[in-house]
Amino acid sequence: MQYKDYYAVMGVDKGAAQDEIKRAYRRLARKYHPDVSKETDAEKHFKEVGEAYEVLKDPEKRAAYDQLGANWKAGQDFRPPPDWDAGFEFSGGGFTDGDASQYSDFFESLFGQGFGSAFRSSQRGGGGFHAPGQDHHAKVLIDLEDAFHGATRSITLHAPELDPRGHMITRERTLNVRIPKGVRQGQQIRLAGQGAPGIGRGAAGDLYLEIEFRPHPLYRVDGRDIYLDLPVSPWEAALGAKVKLPTPAGVIDLTIPAGSNSGRKLRLKGRGIPAASSGDLYAVLQIALPPADNAKANELYRKMAEELAFNPRAGLGV
Amino acid sequence: MRREEEILVGLLLDEECQLTLGELSRACRVHAEWIVELVEQGIIEPRGDDLCHWRFSGSSLGRVMRVQRLQHDLGVNLAGAALALELLDEIRRLRNRLSIIDREL
Repeated sequence: MQYKDYYAVMGVDKGAAQDEIKRAYRRLARKYHPDVSKETDAEKHFKEVGEAYEVLKDPEKRAAYDQLGANWKAGQDFRPPPDWDAGFEFSGGGFTDGDASQYSDFFESLFGQGFGSAFRSSQRGGGGFHAPGQDHHAKVLIDLEDAFHGATRSITLHAPELDPRGHMITRERTLNVRIPKGVRQGQQIRLAGQGAPGIGRGAAGDLYLEIEFRPHPLYRVDGRDIYLDLPVSPWEAALGAKVKLPTPAGVIDLTIPAGSNSGRKLRLKGRGIPAASSGDLYAVLQIALPPADNAKANELYRKMAEELAFNPRAGLGV
Repeated sequence: MRREEEILVGLLLDEECQLTLGELSRACRVHAEWIVELVEQGIIEPRGDDLCHWRFSGSSLGRVMRVQRLQHDLGVNLAGAALALELLDEIRRLRNRLSIIDREL
């Protein structure tokens, strides 16, 4: 088990006043809140900060933690000394309003079992304590094609759980979940009763799966609409043409209207993600120039230069 | 059939999914009164004229849970949470548009 430096996590000195700790917590909580933050590992940071605050905000827990000594370094292998919390009196006991199952082994070893008795007795008392299990949230990565056809995804969840003796263990389980046709980025699937088991006769929590699309090499997705860059030759753009276009549902023919320019969006109605009102697919034209790397091509370009009175910068007034 | 081979079919929380006030508050484990407050703040908008006939879209559930978390974790009030949600939605839309435009350039 690794020692955790709660002061470093909060970015405060060991002598920081309670006010200072509270301010640091508020700031870090906003910064790393998983609903708000775009930082990588926001959730991990948020949990660390929450755990550090859970200890440092409570003068009793903080004093007990400080008593471990100042020589520990974060990440160092740690075993709590025997009777480490002797001599402290704990009024509230154990976990307070935090989400206990989210905390580290380090926290658990210090404050989970020996620390006060209220929490444990409520867990193991047997006598009439019931609480619903927690909801679990997970992301499920799918391909855009899965949204077109539907799919089955096997997901593995690692859920912290209390065993009958009140110890934290990690349970792994694998679920096969149906991904319905027509899902969009960010949508959630609710699996009732697949969250954490309840305590006593409490009902199990629910599992929420958030859909996330793997980045696609060809398509970008906006809601139900799909965007695809479609390279065309200068003559296809100028004269019009019928070209092949890949879509997630298969290759189709697309007519390029004569006189199209680069960046023109051609909308294919209903070719986006399928639904009661399906999304659209937009082909964004990109004019690809043939390289002038041989005599024939050079001659053709020169001929265009001579025979087409064309100034691409006319709009700039030069 | 072994449990691992079972295929679970969940409820897709989209626009077509319609939740009653009771279903929504049970799923989020909050009092119906609190949901009513969220409606009054305009955070979620049910269809239907009166409370008994209210129907919430599936995406409301995610919004209610986000408000819960923002309140609990950051201590914002309902109006603040409503503002945060709107700004976060806007940021998400803009980021998405930006990623589409970036590739077009």
